[in-house]
Amino acid sequence: MSVRFCGLELAHPVINASGTFDLLAARVAFGEPALRADFPFAAFVSKTITLEPRAGNPPPRLFEVPVGLINSIGLPNKGLEGYLAHELPGLAALLATCAVPLITNVMGSNAEEIATLLERCDEREEIAAFELNVSCPNVQTGLDIGADPSALEHVVRAVRPATRKPLIVKLTPNAADVAACAHAAEFAGADAVSLINTLRAMALDPDTRRPWLGGRTGGLSGPAIRAVALAQVAAVAARVAIPIVGMGGVQCASHARDLLDVGATLVAVGTESFRDPTTGAQIARALR
Amino acid sequence: MTMALAPFGQRLLTVAAVEELGAYRVLRVSDRDGPSPAPGQFAMLAAAAGWGAGEDERPHLPRAFSYARWREGEAHFLLEDVGPGTRRLCELRVGEQLRLLGPLGNGFRAPSEGRRAILLGGGVGIAPLAIWQDALLGESAPAGSDATGGKRPTVLLGFRDQVRAVGAALLHDAQVATDDGSVGRHSLVTELLDEELARDAHATVYACGPAPMLEAVRAQCAEREVPAQLALESGMACGFGACFGCVVPRRDGGYLRVCLDGPVIDAAELQRVDAHAGAPA
Repeated sequence: MSVRFCGLELAHPVINASGTFDLLAARVAFGEPALRADFPFAAFVSKTITLEPRAGNPPPRLFEVPVGLINSIGLPNKGLEGYLAHELPGLAALLATCAVPLITNVMGSNAEEIATLLERCDEREEIAAFELNVSCPNVQTGLDIGADPSALEHVVRAVRPATRKPLIVKLTPNAADVAACAHAAEFAGADAVSLINTLRAMALDPDTRRPWLGGRTGGLSGPAIRAVALAQVAAVAARVAIPIVGMGGVQCASHARDLLDVGATLVAVGTESFRDPTTGAQIARALR
Repeated sequence: MTMALAPFGQRLLTVAAVEELGAYRVLRVSDRDGPSPAPGQFAMLAAAAGWGAGEDERPHLPRAFSYARWREGEAHFLLEDVGPGTRRLCELRVGEQLRLLGPLGNGFRAPSEGRRAILLGGGVGIAPLAIWQDALLGESAPAGSDATGGKRPTVLLGFRDQVRAVGAALLHDAQVATDDGSVGRHSLVTELLDEELARDAHATVYACGPAPMLEAVRAQCAEREVPAQLALESGMACGFGACFGCVVPRRDGGYLRVCLDGPVIDAAELQRVDAHAGAPA
């Protein structure tokens, strides 16, 4: 079931949700031959890379809820230099043997940071495309950049010249009007949009009655959000002409088909990979 | 030391037996084609049916358990019913199916410099010490283990009460301490460690159990400059480094992933062992 996405030829429509699969860790746990023999994704999206290294949030970082998970991981990563020097070579080598393109996800707190990330990564031919994580507060307004159509349009327009490679904007579902945000991203030059990211959520420690998560609030993912994802993808599909990567609680081919039927071109698997790392491959086979 | 690799993907395995051991259950799972684990490694387990049928429609994620024993293609895990996940696993019957991902993580490293081994466990944490004792005694040689041959390990186990102290039978020749004094010494197990190290500090300590116990072990061993390997526990979504949820703070800043950099971690690498863990159970 091959598919063309922003000029990339993919063997099938299933990719991973950023931050839900560490390829280099998986290679340590399962070995490279096994990973390559059943590689779960037609394109691989890196975890979010920021300019400076981030350690991530203090634990606890996870809270299980009915058919879902709240995470407050906090985007740990080695930073731009660390990624380019220490992770990209290993990632690229492994993906090249599977003929799977690499999409690098980046996040910055302003247009200048994002542009720097894109420019430096643009130089690397191992990177086929970019995904822009805009679930990050705008210092002036306090709102997530991705939740505010005009802030989003401003940022995407400002960083667009930094790369000619495909630029996917990953929308936040924590917005009053996600379709308006999608339209703003398209208008400003995005080649595609991806959604949904996690829904803002909270849990309490049953004993202390204080927030359980070290980061206080976190993002909800898993089957609990699937119906929300479907509604948002459908709303965005009605508003934009650019392709959509749909995700949110996908566990099996039937969930993937729902997203494809309401207008997604690709689907991404996130939380379910934690329960079974071969989920992507199983869905791809079932979709054929 | 070569760590056993986990086959990529969950395996559907059959429950061979569920044995009562006081407050605990020993879950024996048939895994004839599975790689033998290194002592200290763990697996992610989920019942094949009825996972998510417990309190609050949980569990959703699998749960992490150290291998407690490996005998001829059969994996043993030690369970205590403390939440919806462990409850469902404790309810499994012979012939029922289980999904397993593993062996995962790293294992215990043999004592160096001719040091004797002291195995120190608390509660359900005694599990990985059992398979490690098997290896040290040369009773079974799971992949990657180094039997020291000769020096029998000293085994110190602590439990809250009598019904949990029944679990001591999982290991050989254990000295037991209970919080309520109902069995063995009426003390914390770390007091037994203090006495052992005062007697002869040329040892390597291997510990697994509740966070406050591990923190006491870490502090004692740091003070006496005794090497210690701690088998840590943390809430985990995946078990193979994907979610970054299982981290513990390292001494020099930043975090270690318990599933990837552990679960066996040198005590010297940690600032302290926090009691936050509170894994989904």
